[in-house]
Amino acid sequence: MPLTMAQEGQRVVVNMIGGGHQLRSRLAALGLLPGTELEIVQNSGHGPFVVKVRSSRLIIGRGMASRIEVT
Amino acid sequence: MKHTLNRTLTVAVAGNPNSGKTTIFNNLTGSRQKVGNYPGVTVEYKEGTLKQGDLVLRMIDLPGTYSLTAYSDEELVARDFLLVKQPDVVIDVVDAGNLERNLFLATELLEMDLPLILVLNMTDMADQRGVTIDYRGLAERLGVPVVPAVGNRGVGMSELVETISLVTAHIATQQGPAKVCRQAGPGPSFFASPESSRDQCLVNFGAPIEGYLARMEQLLPPAPGNRWRALKLLQGDAQVLEKLDSASSRQAAIGLAEAAASDCGQDELETQLAGFRYQFIEKLCAQITRTSSQGGSILSDRIDRVAMHPFWGVPIFLLLMFLVFTLTFSLGNPLMNQIDLAFGWLGGFVNGLWNNGGDSPLRSLLVDGIIRGVGGVVVFLPNILLLFLAIAVLEGTGYIARAAFVMDRFMSKVGLHGKSFIPLLIGFGCTVPAIMATRTLETRRDRLITMMVLPLISCGARLPIYALLIPAFFPARLQGPVLWVIYVTGIVLALLGARLLRATVFRGETTPFVMELPPYHLPTLGSLLTQMWIRARLYVQKAGTVILGAAIIMWFLTYYPKPPVDNLAAAGTNPPTVSEAVIGGNHLDVHEQQAEELSYSIAGRAGLLLEPVLRPLGFDWRIGTALIGALAAKEVFVAQMGIVFAVGEVDETSEHLRTRLQEQYSPLVGFCIMLFALISTPCLATFAITRQESGRIAWALAQAWGLTLLAWVLTFIVYQGGLLLGLGGF
Repeated sequence: MPLTMAQEGQRVVVNMIGGGHQLRSRLAALGLLPGTELEIVQNSGHGPFVVKVRSSRLIIGRGMASRIEVT
Repeated sequence: MKHTLNRTLTVAVAGNPNSGKTTIFNNLTGSRQKVGNYPGVTVEYKEGTLKQGDLVLRMIDLPGTYSLTAYSDEELVARDFLLVKQPDVVIDVVDAGNLERNLFLATELLEMDLPLILVLNMTDMADQRGVTIDYRGLAERLGVPVVPAVGNRGVGMSELVETISLVTAHIATQQGPAKVCRQAGPGPSFFASPESSRDQCLVNFGAPIEGYLARMEQLLPPAPGNRWRALKLLQGDAQVLEKLDSASSRQAAIGLAEAAASDCGQDELETQLAGFRYQFIEKLCAQITRTSSQGGSILSDRIDRVAMHPFWGVPIFLLLMFLVFTLTFSLGNPLMNQIDLAFGWLGGFVNGLWNNGGDSPLRSLLVDGIIRGVGGVVVFLPNILLLFLAIAVLEGTGYIARAAFVMDRFMSKVGLHGKSFIPLLIGFGCTVPAIMATRTLETRRDRLITMMVLPLISCGARLPIYALLIPAFFPARLQGPVLWVIYVTGIVLALLGARLLRATVFRGETTPFVMELPPYHLPTLGSLLTQMWIRARLYVQKAGTVILGAAIIMWFLTYYPKPPVDNLAAAGTNPPTVSEAVIGGNHLDVHEQQAEELSYSIAGRAGLLLEPVLRPLGFDWRIGTALIGALAAKEVFVAQMGIVFAVGEVDETSEHLRTRLQEQYSPLVGFCIMLFALISTPCLATFAITRQESGRIAWALAQAWGLTLLAWVLTFIVYQGGLLLGLGGF
């Protein structure tokens, strides 16, 4: 499912990241890669997300979250 | 150990954003630093010096980056500095509470083969989270010195300085820089052990990739950092490719990169490489860190539950902004008045030097041109300083990331990120630093859009215009609402303008919004003041020179040419001082003479020339002349109105001028003047900074003309619409 469907507090694993080369490389540097475990800290249904990745927190815009496939 | 006298070594400070890099840098260099721009790109860098015995360390604060790809200006600047300038020592500041992500950059720096020192910053935060780190183990496994530190309390700084001098002493006395870190150091506890060999310290990318890397390295002329270069070539990095010396090796490199890409499957090479790095780091962290307790929820998360609440987040943000502005103005205004008085006194003093009467052009240039012009800039300094201090607090505590988060919901509707809100906010103080603040935005497109609409945010210099006109035309109960309408009009226009630009000139996909949310911090007063001062100094330097120049030009335009002598009713009188003007009666002829002179000057003639264009807006030549004055700096409008209405020197509290205005214009015209002053062409300092930051004069011209056109159209609609509705009466 896309990350946008994940509920607050849920722990998910990244399957695939869509979008351009640059976006993927940027996320990779921030520690978000296929196989990485995420915890959804905040998803209020609108506005950006907050996820916990490797003990740092990232704000991810909704448009971008829709391109991240998780399970 | 013997050095030559005053040896200078270059030390680069690298690290992730939010790693406390700047705090460490400030600790080492104090306020002896200067801010500059890397040529070609508008990425700020700071330079400072540290004296250690007879050793002079030239410290460079590189822009904060997460990696060293070529995707952002910051990354380009950082890697370019490291590769081309070859600093003698590199300090990598690592957030100890966020070790995995921060060590990613360290793995790249290690491949660059420069003498590296790891500073594990904010170890207190790691302690709080119940994480214990084996520093010696980390040093041994990476083969570099590791220094634990708590930057904002100054812990670990003397150890860091000691480590730097030991590493540099090695460079001076024996082998080349590349070997230093792999050798056993004589000194401090956290030096690398002799056993750690190079290969163990580097990420292994597995058989196929390592094979390609080895072949790629053979294409490169022998130099330190070739492993890193080979890795970049494998990823098709155009910048590194350009630097290869022959066309044939470039061809071979491209061929190898293509072969590697097809060999490594659909999962992109870059992602795979990052995967190997993180595997290496995860293994390393498992060996050297121990988590004793889960620690429960940390304070930072508990604050965020309120500050980033889906509903309460916005009101909290607005309340904080309200506090920032009230404090800025309520604390700043008394100081502003003092500065104003001081310049008034200075003007009076210089005036007094020409006590024998006669109108000397030199006196006028000094008093009306230079002293007033410089005073006009300096008078805003308290407000600017306080605003920058408030912004430094918001940044230093980490709240600014929350503000971007909260505002993103609204900003995304106009096609911008939450981050763009920060420059807009600064724009309420002054447009010039606000345009400089667009440097925090990631893409050029976002920067340009924000830059173009920024002058619509009503800056502090436009307040004197409103303060003069609103009480002149509106009863007390309407004064607050009218001011509110003006400000809100600016904000709404800025947002609509951004939306429009996004849909026309800057079409395309929204740039993905991703940003780190750092934990809250308590910044030190020292670091806040340094931050504030560095920015304020930049403001004074850049705006000061431009405004001073503009003031002199405006003075010339309003002073020359002089009307023939027989046109003047009374010649040879001293120019009036403020008190004379207010007391007034018998000196009125002097003021009329000034008005006469102004109408004869270039600015006055231009005002007359513009009258047909301004007539449909309800403006006459006098307003036109004053608006020309506002080009230099918006608040000059008020002073110019004083001269054209022959009431002598005025400020926004002048009742005399207000009475004259009430006699001449209707409240509708009054409102239209404010509307036009809000929207129309920004001041010269804004023009200059837009040109500089956008890199092209075309953008500055487009901004100036676009806004003036918009101002004319909107004011026309409001004025003519108002007349039709019968609002044109007095």
